[in-house]
Amino acid sequence: MKFVLQRLAFYLLTAWAAITINFLIPRLMPGDPVQSLIARYQGQLSSKSIASLETLFGLDQDRSLWQQYLDYWANLARGDLGLSFTFFPTPVSEVMAQSLPWTLALVGTTTLISFLIGTGIGIFAGWRRGSWLDGLLPVTTFISAIPYFWLGLIAISLFAVQWPIFPAAGGYDTSLVPGLDAAFLSSALYHAVLPGVTIVLSAMAGWILGMRNMMVTVSSEDYVMVAQAKGLPERRVMFSYAARNAILPNVSGFALSLGFIVGGTLLVEMVFSYPGIGYVLFQGVNAKDYPLMQGVFLIITLAVLAANLLADLLYVLLDPRTRKEG
Amino acid sequence: MTVQATDPAGGVPAETAAPPAARRDRLRFLRNGKTATGLAILGLFVLLAVAGQWLAPHDPSAMSDDVLQPPSLEHPFGTTQTGQDIFSQVLVGTRGVLVVGFIAGFFATLLSVLIGVSAGFLGGIADELLSAFTNIFLVIPGLPLIIIIASFLPDSGDVVIAVVISLTAWAWGARVLRAQTLSLRGRDYVQAARATGESTWRIIVFEILPNLTAVIASGFVGTVIFAVLSEITLAFIGVADISHWNWGTILFWAQSNQALGQGAWWWFVPAGLCIALLGTALSLINFGIDEFVNPRLRTAARVRGAIRMRVGFTPVARAPRPVPKGAGASEGSKAPEDSEGSERTEGTPA
Amino acid sequence: MSTPETTPVTTDVATAPPVLEISSLCVDYGVGQGAVRALHDVDLTLRRGEVLGLAGESGSGKSTLAYAVTRLLSPPGVITGGDVRYHPRGGEPVDVLAMTPQELRAFRWQEISIVFQGAMNSLNPVHTVRTQLTDVLKAHRPGMSRTERVERARELLSLVGISPDRLSAYPHQLSGGMRQRVMIAMALALEPEVVIMDEPTTALDVVMQRQILRQLVRLREELGFSVVFITHDISLLIEFSDRIAIMYGGRIVEQAGAAEIYRDPRHPYSDGLLHSFPALRGPRRELTGIPGSPPDLKAMPPGCAFHPRCPKAFDPCDRRVPRLAPVGTDTDRSVACWLNDDRRSGEA
Repeated sequence: MKFVLQRLAFYLLTAWAAITINFLIPRLMPGDPVQSLIARYQGQLSSKSIASLETLFGLDQDRSLWQQYLDYWANLARGDLGLSFTFFPTPVSEVMAQSLPWTLALVGTTTLISFLIGTGIGIFAGWRRGSWLDGLLPVTTFISAIPYFWLGLIAISLFAVQWPIFPAAGGYDTSLVPGLDAAFLSSALYHAVLPGVTIVLSAMAGWILGMRNMMVTVSSEDYVMVAQAKGLPERRVMFSYAARNAILPNVSGFALSLGFIVGGTLLVEMVFSYPGIGYVLFQGVNAKDYPLMQGVFLIITLAVLAANLLADLLYVLLDPRTRKEG
Repeated sequence: MTVQATDPAGGVPAETAAPPAARRDRLRFLRNGKTATGLAILGLFVLLAVAGQWLAPHDPSAMSDDVLQPPSLEHPFGTTQTGQDIFSQVLVGTRGVLVVGFIAGFFATLLSVLIGVSAGFLGGIADELLSAFTNIFLVIPGLPLIIIIASFLPDSGDVVIAVVISLTAWAWGARVLRAQTLSLRGRDYVQAARATGESTWRIIVFEILPNLTAVIASGFVGTVIFAVLSEITLAFIGVADISHWNWGTILFWAQSNQALGQGAWWWFVPAGLCIALLGTALSLINFGIDEFVNPRLRTAARVRGAIRMRVGFTPVARAPRPVPKGAGASEGSKAPEDSEGSERTEGTPA
Repeated sequence: MSTPETTPVTTDVATAPPVLEISSLCVDYGVGQGAVRALHDVDLTLRRGEVLGLAGESGSGKSTLAYAVTRLLSPPGVITGGDVRYHPRGGEPVDVLAMTPQELRAFRWQEISIVFQGAMNSLNPVHTVRTQLTDVLKAHRPGMSRTERVERARELLSLVGISPDRLSAYPHQLSGGMRQRVMIAMALALEPEVVIMDEPTTALDVVMQRQILRQLVRLREELGFSVVFITHDISLLIEFSDRIAIMYGGRIVEQAGAAEIYRDPRHPYSDGLLHSFPALRGPRRELTGIPGSPPDLKAMPPGCAFHPRCPKAFDPCDRRVPRLAPVGTDTDRSVACWLNDDRRSGEA
């Protein structure tokens, strides 16, 4: 499993890099925006939380940069990401814990759905080149150029304002108490339809175009020709020979596109006031809540890395060439 | 620490790019319908970016009594809650969008060429390090990082935003360029140049870079798309300077003034369509480049009444041909034996 | 001078009934104005049990011919004229060009199988050898059970000298020679009447080439299929085929028994080809090669396509295209060259 270990090492390195970037950003920037925040909340902050904020943002000028870096890691190890000012005095980690499940459920499901549908359409469009499916290409190109959040705005104005079929905002009916009961789950599902469809539509276009191009490229490979010469049923040639190989770069591309998709979905959450991380980030940005913003960045990066690792494992399953013995 | 050498989704497979062919006729690229359409739309927007300020019928920030008017002759895209003319806002806002897009595209491309080509050409440890660096930036989600950096900065003008965007947008291009350079490095003419003792610098500038033109161009266009989307997003959530008009700012004001709830669709529809149109134009240009580099991708031109091409089933189109009989005649002695005689013998098994 | 080694069945083959008849086959690349003609009125007959060699430089149309026969030409290839008749054992001849995709699928591999150029990429990298050997059985022999299919796959591998335990190997775990053997085993899976081999050994070293070709000749004697053997290496053909057709610029320029071509090539191009490869047996010939390069399909020279490179070109060659016509009394030998045409009756 050399391949997987290699990837794992790479993600650890990336995680380290992301954390270090997070550490450096406030220290490299001019001015001390956090200092003024602390000043404003002077009376309400405990000395412990002030210390934690100073560690996070490098306000303690007496300590060396290296010492600050070690303190920073120590804080992270304790799960201490500072206090949120927006949700004062909730710790950032607690805000994350509340909003992360919403984002994981929404983004995870919709990304998976859009990947499957988009890849499926791409398979057919690439295989049947010159058929009516080619007419989809300009449409998908157009859709892929639309910002996710704008499509969300259109969805709200059509299906929440013009024809009030779906709720315009929120993740569940606020009269319900969140819990694993049927009423809550169905409400959550109902609220997720509009943002979900928005994300699926936006993200799908890229998969269609990518898969179509790979199908076209793979279709002229020798082994596809051999499969045709063997007189295999068309479905077998198309799926087992052409698509099975064409999907490989799409899976490794999945990892790379994920960062982009996540960026787009954060915005969709903002537009729909969906109780996920994106909406939290939006509130943090508006309130200049730096601890919250940095926490969001960290969590998102780690989540993306984890998803990447999953995609790599899938890749290993799909491509025997990565499973070299040793 | 090398990431799989497989192609990025939708990208051009590194091996199929045939740089020498790229030199052959550059003009063919312009004759591609997609490229032409894309360039035409882009040209229109560039024109607006230059002249939008003078073409705008109103001052985009001036308030008036025509509050929240739907589109009319006086206000083609309607007005805002404070009576500002949205059409003028869109026209004036074009410049900011394109300026940020192109500046970010330029810097990101510069970075990607520097890092990608060096990695591919130098090889060894330098390549390992640069590749790892590239891959890290490739995997870290760009938008949240841009948001954080931008919100820490005291000044969030167009150029600052463009530079921040370019810092997170170069990795993709660098990766593709590295792969291309790697394959070019092994080519005969580069090897020959090395053998004759040309300086590394000359080889890169005169032998490698010209063959990377298409890839660099496509990377540039891709980055511009990303930069435009990022910038508009930043403006929309209020991180960028909202006193500067661009399409994102229009959407920001529309959102913060409840345009949706008031049914003022004209407030956010035009700006969004402009974004999509600009993005489509840039994508079309990139498709043209992709097809230029990888001819397999060309959508088969559909000639009217033509036969449908299908992989694995060669079409048979027997045209009414004038000469088949004449041909048989000149071979007189041979023809009967082949065509008729043998069919008979078939009935009696050998 | 020893005659090249051919199989003892040569005499039978010369009179055997045809299994595949190609007549005036034309192939274009592209449609409409940009179309380029890759095959011009090609006539060729493959007899039951023979090894027919197709030789020519790259771009001469030999592979195009092979793929057109099975209708496997990739876009933008179009068959624009002619007939391809297949004679099944003890049945009425069928027109391959008139088949529906469904009929074509049933026909392929069952009757004509192909060993492709460059076996490196002929195997699907993500499936095991077992999967790729058995899927063809699954498609054509619906009655076979799973265990029977695997059993047959094992049998096929041992037929080409590969240990059956390599069934679960992936292509990247096999050497080049092994992959080519797997392809040959696959081609024989349904015991077809015709096996087309398109440069089957080009990518291999000389020792491996011969080993594989000998094995093939042996298998043909055992199983009795016919072979169309395509290569640019004419010395291989002389050694391994019964009859040879030489192609140039999308036409057959000479057709004769392997020994006759070797002894007495009638077309200057055949002669040039023979002087381009070292013969493995018999006296040494001087290696002179052929000056110039093969013609561009987009700009074919007028008259005989070979005349710009031909050392013996004379008056009619640059104006009129010579037809493929029998030479002398030998009905099985024909050539398309003005040097050999007493009648001078070709068409422009």
